[in-house]
Amino acid sequence: MGQKLKLTKNKAGRMVPSMVNGVKSVPFKGVGKHSPSGVKATPPISSCQNYPESGNKVVSSLKEALEKCNIKNGMTISNHHHFRNGDLVMNKVFDILAKAGKKNLRWFPSASFPCHEPMIKHMENGVIGHVEGSLNGPLGKYASDGKMDGLAVLRSHGGRWQAVQDGEVHIDVAIIAAPTADPFGNCTGDRGPSACGLLGFGLVDSLYADKVIVVTDSLVDFPCIPWQIQGNNVDYVVVLDKVGDPEKIVSGTTRLTKSPDRLYIAELTAKFVQAVGIMKEGFSFQAGAGGTALAFAIYLKEMMIEAGIKARFIRGGSTKYLVEMLEEGLTDYILDGQTFDLEGVRSMRENVGHVNTSPFTSYNWHGKGNFASMLDAVVLGATEVDVNFNANVVTHSDGQMLHGIGGWQNCLSSKCTILPIPSFRNRIPIIVDEVTTLVGPGELIDVIVTERGIAINPKREDLIKASKRSGLPIRKIEEIKEEVDDLVGAPLDKPNFTDEVIGVVKWVDGTVLDSIFKVTH
Amino acid sequence: MPKNIYSSGNPTAKSDFYVEFMPKNSGGVKIDIQSKTKVLHFSKLKSSCQNTLAELKVEHGALSVIDNGGQYFVLQARIESAIKLASPKNIYESLPVFKKHAQYKSSRNRFRRSRLYLPGTQAKLMLNAGIHKPDAIILDLEDSVSPSEKGVARLIVRNALRTLNFFGAERMVRINQGKMGLEDLDAIIPHNVHLVLVPKVENAKQLKAVDDKIQSICKKCGRKNPVYIMPIIESAEGILNSLEIAKASKNNVAIAIGLEDYTADIGVQRTTQGKESLFARSQVVNAAKSAKIQAIDTVFSDVNEENGLRASVKEAKELGFEGKGCIHPRQISPIHEEFAPSKSEIEKAKEIVIAFDEAERKGLGVVALGSKMIDPPVVKRALQTIDLAITMKLLTKRWKK
Repeated sequence: MGQKLKLTKNKAGRMVPSMVNGVKSVPFKGVGKHSPSGVKATPPISSCQNYPESGNKVVSSLKEALEKCNIKNGMTISNHHHFRNGDLVMNKVFDILAKAGKKNLRWFPSASFPCHEPMIKHMENGVIGHVEGSLNGPLGKYASDGKMDGLAVLRSHGGRWQAVQDGEVHIDVAIIAAPTADPFGNCTGDRGPSACGLLGFGLVDSLYADKVIVVTDSLVDFPCIPWQIQGNNVDYVVVLDKVGDPEKIVSGTTRLTKSPDRLYIAELTAKFVQAVGIMKEGFSFQAGAGGTALAFAIYLKEMMIEAGIKARFIRGGSTKYLVEMLEEGLTDYILDGQTFDLEGVRSMRENVGHVNTSPFTSYNWHGKGNFASMLDAVVLGATEVDVNFNANVVTHSDGQMLHGIGGWQNCLSSKCTILPIPSFRNRIPIIVDEVTTLVGPGELIDVIVTERGIAINPKREDLIKASKRSGLPIRKIEEIKEEVDDLVGAPLDKPNFTDEVIGVVKWVDGTVLDSIFKVTH
Repeated sequence: MPKNIYSSGNPTAKSDFYVEFMPKNSGGVKIDIQSKTKVLHFSKLKSSCQNTLAELKVEHGALSVIDNGGQYFVLQARIESAIKLASPKNIYESLPVFKKHAQYKSSRNRFRRSRLYLPGTQAKLMLNAGIHKPDAIILDLEDSVSPSEKGVARLIVRNALRTLNFFGAERMVRINQGKMGLEDLDAIIPHNVHLVLVPKVENAKQLKAVDDKIQSICKKCGRKNPVYIMPIIESAEGILNSLEIAKASKNNVAIAIGLEDYTADIGVQRTTQGKESLFARSQVVNAAKSAKIQAIDTVFSDVNEENGLRASVKEAKELGFEGKGCIHPRQISPIHEEFAPSKSEIEKAKEIVIAFDEAERKGLGVVALGSKMIDPPVVKRALQTIDLAITMKLLTKRWKK
């Protein structure tokens, strides 16, 4: 349900609630301004004497494992999303809990996918009260329409870890789908029929949940090597016939964009990275698996070969293109957060330079530093950017909430954040006066690359200076906006926003950055 | 579909519109709009439909529009097309604003290394075409447009010519053959088309007919700046008449060869080596040079074969061609790079131009480089090489300093 809440204006000028799903929350105070103190949340004490000495924690069924967890109404059930749209476990879990008559559960996935559409039925029946986690596709639409009971709480990958450590979200039961596991609960994602590469998104769940269930379709004798998740944190192991649909977990072949405009944007981005001196011996970058980001990596690779330059590390989302760079000696390491294709999985299994990481190493707010801020450049997407370089990734200009944040917010702390984006999609301009939802504060976004030119944040005088004689089409963001507005016939109508909140966007430090309001048609 | 419903477009085509119009004698105008982005676009869609109908003086009828993300100038064209199917005698036009960025001029001797073909009904491909910096953009009314879309293609191309910014590319339109081609001219000539490509020209008379029609339209609409012509030779007959075709009009600035149809006409397969078309291509080059216009090579149709494209451009350059057709923006850079003068060509050209300057300064009638005399055509070619080198940033404008 959309909720009429008391809202206050936060430091970014956005109206946000101070209570979210019954939990007191802090309005955004500005970048780097929030440093909570005290101690982190901890899981309950367990003792090894209460677990089988044989190490065999296998139970006969998923139902039995869930029953043993003694799930009560209102509890929180979590899972990782490494199986993406090929997950065959979580719908089963909630079907069992629905049959057992459970109500008002909180589902806390690291992301949801279209395959989780059946969860809508569980929300309608009150089995699931609300979802906290990226809402992609049908679930996003359901929540956008104001049909979900609680507020959607959108967090970054690092923010999810922070929420658990802050005690903002307590996980009662974590379900860890594992491509390969042993009876003790050690498990890995890099092998097995449902191989997905790594299990980093499930690490926090395994460490902090009261109860942890590992679900696999490939049980091996102890020890499962490598163990990406340690069995010492696991309560029960369940064996199913099939935990994932391999084709929907990773793609056999990652496809590059064929759009000439996007290829051009990718090429401009790579040229920019070279022109301003980011591409130098021992540098690092992160690029996702979107078509443009992949093409960027390929252009950059050619330039690196030509200039005889090698990177120290690349952060992925890994794909065969990053793997090729590793194997051809263009980088010492891939620090991988999730694996997108079979080549990525193979490489992780075989190559010690292809390292599995987690949001803890890469993004965590309450860690003593993290990898994201060390990156020389990161290449990301966006649904909207405004003339002050603020960006949006969760809603579209029509107000519909359709995407999660992922690691996007966490990556903004890199030394140079670049958003290569088309300047318009059909008749919708991407550069706007004010973003529909604020997800990334403009002070952290350095460069926008569109097919109509490159706009550099005026705050980055160093980049402006460095690119002066590059011959690249550097333009003012307002100028690009004006050109596109003229082309697509802007201004557009404004969606009819109500004062009912359907979700909030958290900043990486746990404060509330913005609210998502219900739209009436 | 009931007989009295007139439509334009395809209800499922992406980045386009589908329009149906049912004429009526009374009851005013009714407009129904289906759009996935109604929240953002309804006002403008509605006003766009209303304005178009008003400009076409339509007072009664039911208009229904399915919006799949097309541009407004396409909507305008599709509505006009449906209205004119309903009442062919309607003489009114609904013209989008003629944008200032669509009014730049061309020049006779500009470079025409790459010309990018775009189907006349595919507006989405036109929007960013100029960004890829081809020397020319061809909005095609001929082979890439299906027979049922011929009428509306004319209107979409006309509206695109008035609306879009092609960022300095020469604005070309390929018309249809024969009578249909002459009718195409009415729609496009008043809207700053720079050059008309005339397909399948077999003799001078055909080209004259096009030129005459262009001149009469220019007179009628008051257009002063010239409309250039580029005939495309695509048959044995055309090849043998290429000299008279090249010289048929003072507005001819280039002559092109189209090899798909030519090889079919002489009954052979088109090969990568191109032995079968060597005579025809050489003939076209010689006809062009004799008429002092540019010789332009055929398209290279395998978009994924960059090496093949580069080899083909290299060969074209060696034969004397100055341009190549392309069907994908990714072909533009390789074409430009291969047509670029080599370092030694640039050095040689610099020496000749300096010698020429020297001769002028001294008031000498003859240009000499060392002990060798330099003929005027050689000087002219050297100047062109320097121009091209400057355009491609291989040489600065102030190279003499």
